[in-house]
Amino acid sequence: MVLGRILKGLKKTREKLGSGLARLFGGGRKLDQDFLDELEEVLYTADLGPTGSDIVREIEVAWRKKKIADVDGVRGYLREALLARLAHSEGALRTSAQRPTVILVAGVNGSGKTTSIAKLAKHLKGRGDKVLLCASDTFRAAAVEQLALWASRIGCDIVKTATGADPAAVAFDATEAAIARGVDWLIVDTAGRLHTQKNLMRELDKIVRVIQKRLPDAPHETLLVLDATTGQNAIRQASEFNAVRPVTGLILAKLDGTAKGGAVFGIRRELEIPVKFVGLGEGIDDLEPFAAESFVDGVLGELGAERVSGS
Amino acid sequence: MALHGESTSATFPSMFDNLTSAFSKALDKLRGQKKLTEENMQEGLKAVRQALLEADVHFKVAKDFVARVRDKAVGLDLIQKVDPGQQFIKLFQDELTELMGPEAVSLPHSSSGPTIVMMAGLQGSGKTTTCAKLAQLMRKRKKKRCLLVAADLQRPAAVDQLQALGKQLGIDVYAEGTDKRPPEVCKRGIEHAKKLGHDFVILDTAGRLHIDDALMRELEQIASECKPTAVVLVCDAMLGQDAVNSAKEFHARLPLSGVILTKLDGDTRGGAAMSVKAVTGCPVLFVGVGEKVEDLEEFHPDRMADRILGMGDVTSLVERAQEVMDEKEAEKAAKKMLKGRFTFEDFLKQLRMIQKLGSMKKVLGMLPGVGQAIKDIDIDDKHFGRIEAMILSMTPRERRNPDLIDTNRRRRIAKGSGNDVQAVHGLIKQFKQMQKMFGKLGKGGSLPPGFGGTPTKGGFRQPPKGSFPGGLGGMPPQWRRYEPAHGRLDTISPALPAFAWNASAVMAMLVPSSGDANDFGDPTWSS
Ligand SMILES: Nc1nc2c(ncn2[C@@H]2O[C@H](COP(=O)(O)OP(=O)(O)OP(=O)(O)O)[C@@H](O)[C@H]2O)c(=O)[nH]1
Ligand SMILES: Nc1nc2c(ncn2[C@@H]2O[C@H](COP(=O)(O)OP(=O)(O)OP(=O)(O)O)[C@@H](O)[C@H]2O)c(=O)[nH]1
Ligand SMILES: [Mg+2]
Ligand SMILES: [Mg+2]
Repeated sequence: MVLGRILKGLKKTREKLGSGLARLFGGGRKLDQDFLDELEEVLYTADLGPTGSDIVREIEVAWRKKKIADVDGVRGYLREALLARLAHSEGALRTSAQRPTVILVAGVNGSGKTTSIAKLAKHLKGRGDKVLLCASDTFRAAAVEQLALWASRIGCDIVKTATGADPAAVAFDATEAAIARGVDWLIVDTAGRLHTQKNLMRELDKIVRVIQKRLPDAPHETLLVLDATTGQNAIRQASEFNAVRPVTGLILAKLDGTAKGGAVFGIRRELEIPVKFVGLGEGIDDLEPFAAESFVDGVLGELGAERVSGS
Repeated sequence: MALHGESTSATFPSMFDNLTSAFSKALDKLRGQKKLTEENMQEGLKAVRQALLEADVHFKVAKDFVARVRDKAVGLDLIQKVDPGQQFIKLFQDELTELMGPEAVSLPHSSSGPTIVMMAGLQGSGKTTTCAKLAQLMRKRKKKRCLLVAADLQRPAAVDQLQALGKQLGIDVYAEGTDKRPPEVCKRGIEHAKKLGHDFVILDTAGRLHIDDALMRELEQIASECKPTAVVLVCDAMLGQDAVNSAKEFHARLPLSGVILTKLDGDTRGGAAMSVKAVTGCPVLFVGVGEKVEDLEEFHPDRMADRILGMGDVTSLVERAQEVMDEKEAEKAAKKMLKGRFTFEDFLKQLRMIQKLGSMKKVLGMLPGVGQAIKDIDIDDKHFGRIEAMILSMTPRERRNPDLIDTNRRRRIAKGSGNDVQAVHGLIKQFKQMQKMFGKLGKGGSLPPGFGGTPTKGGFRQPPKGSFPGGLGGMPPQWRRYEPAHGRLDTISPALPAFAWNASAVMAMLVPSSGDANDFGDPTWSS
């Protein structure tokens, strides 16, 4: 089911642009150097960065050693190679032994944090859990209103103050409220910040320390929201945020466009952070748990088509 | 390559033996050449293409660009006395600058009735914020009476966001309920502006995917019904390879007049700017460099070109360096280096200064020429701790005079710092070599051409009077090659040379081969 959704999201892509890989694997191509060069190009255009070149080099070696004979062999090898690089990249939400489980959500500007929080809250509420939202983005114009609007649509509580207030103070109030009200989840929205902004990164740390005054083991999850259209800079984002606050999971938003989110492979080269969810649209239900297989099929474009009909 | 934990533990100075930056190696091939040819440029071309890809320039755009510049460059005579590598790089800088240009294109203005600017772009690219920034700029510079029209009726609180920004700036906002249709709201907004005498109207639209046909059609409708003076594509500078797909589609559907690049205040190399320019041909009108309403700036194609080619890292490194560096201290140390009176004590200070900048890999990665080479090497910050420990195990006298350190003392230092004697040998050998090398430079005998000065169009400006010996007239030689050809490195900050010399010392100690020893004219160095 999950698979179906991701592929449905990506189907638009295929209809619109066709996939480079589909073309490559489609019509009786010969396996030769030209083919490999084109393959490298297509992988690059999925934002795989050097990972794509590495894989193509592996394929080339296997081909020269006659371990791969034809284009079909490449297809299988490629899929396995991509999957191998995503080993252990799936992961469910962590839960705290004691209520509440605190989820801190961070990321660069406009990546999709607030919307992802709304989707996540809806998802958790759908399970029958009690969710409290915390509007710690007190900086951006109407960020509080945005989250508040989502909260009222979902029907969950929110702790907020006026724009301009101290984000850590709101987080503290929200933590107390979460404990007092006995909610299952507290999800903290934070202002977008570029990982290069030292003072803002410190602010993030301060928010955490304030939460820890009440709940020393919180946050139980620190989710970094990445925009799937982002290129190699996503790797820097992940490592810099991770250096300030160990990131326990990624959310890859905006995967419903034509971008493949291949930067995830680059991140996996450097960091062992699982991808927990993918965002597939602006709607409240457009969030899915990350599934490596369907993600890889998405990267491979048309190649996944046979799986859609099967699921 | 060399550094993988165990294999390097014994003799650390050799840990970067195989290390030479792709760029510097590639450019070495050009040394002594009289003409650029397909063959002698090959490595350099590869390095440039790699730099573009790392910057997120679209694969095909990068490939085409490199091929085009190559074709132009074949057969070009190299000017004597100017580093051929620098000439080669400059070709690309110039071509890319031209591609990214022209500079300071102004927004079209309407001669009759209000100027109407329509924003369009993907979700979260920065449209709403940019509306406010642009209004602020137009009011300040052109004394415009602006009106912001809230036509994003989709994203929760998008109207509130624009209203809040308007209120903050004291700029009028036209808004209706979210149950209306965006093209109608825009039209009524423009009528409103005409009635109230606003002469600059900015339409904020909802973010949308280029493949969302219904929403793209809505944009087309706004454009055809409101006849905006300018349609602006707002693009996130961090976009990856997909930038070409979205830009192409927005361009195909809308009469784009230009692009505004946002979030350039981060550390993205911004290759998307090149992709977008290449596929749309639209000029970049402004760049967003922060979240605040005043953070909208003119676009400089030359700076963008340098940034995409990876020459801009140095600039940002220096900016950060200034935060952690004691300038006087750094200058003092650098001068001592050049007088050959440099001690382990000075080096320790430098090491710590560099360490304050962040992880060693990151700092080294920003140093010109080193970044590429160490990309895939696992640099363990513990190595630097080890060096520190060895120096700390020396007595103050030993630190000031390494010649004192005989075998017995070496054994003591090894024990005290938890290393084997080999490591201490290596450290001292490396240090002496470095001392000698910098001392030689300071005497000014064998300075490479232009050293201590600033390259200019016609060659090199001579170093300021009295700058050498005894002063820091310019940058360390191995940095020069990576300087933008217009010599901005020296002018970015007067503190830069001091920092650069200090950083070179650390680099020379830790990454011997990255310093490109040949530049120093010291044959023993490359061993
Ligand atoms: N197509 C698509 N759009 C998304 C997705 N997730 C979020 N968005 C849109 O992206 C834009 C930015 O989302 P936000 O949730 O406000 O992003 P944010 O990270 O909270 O932004 P700041 O708080 O300003 O840093 C909005 O227009 C969202 O509707 C997604 O998965 N797909
Ligand atoms: N650092 C930085 N942040 C920026 C810049 N421009 C915009 N932002 C931030 O990016 C985020 C998204 O900006 P918005 O103006 O809401 O983007 P939008 O395109 O209107 O988003 P949608 O309407 O949801 O499509 C906000 O957090 C802004 O503060 C910039 O130049 N630098
Ligand atoms: Mg937000
Ligand atoms: Mg907006």
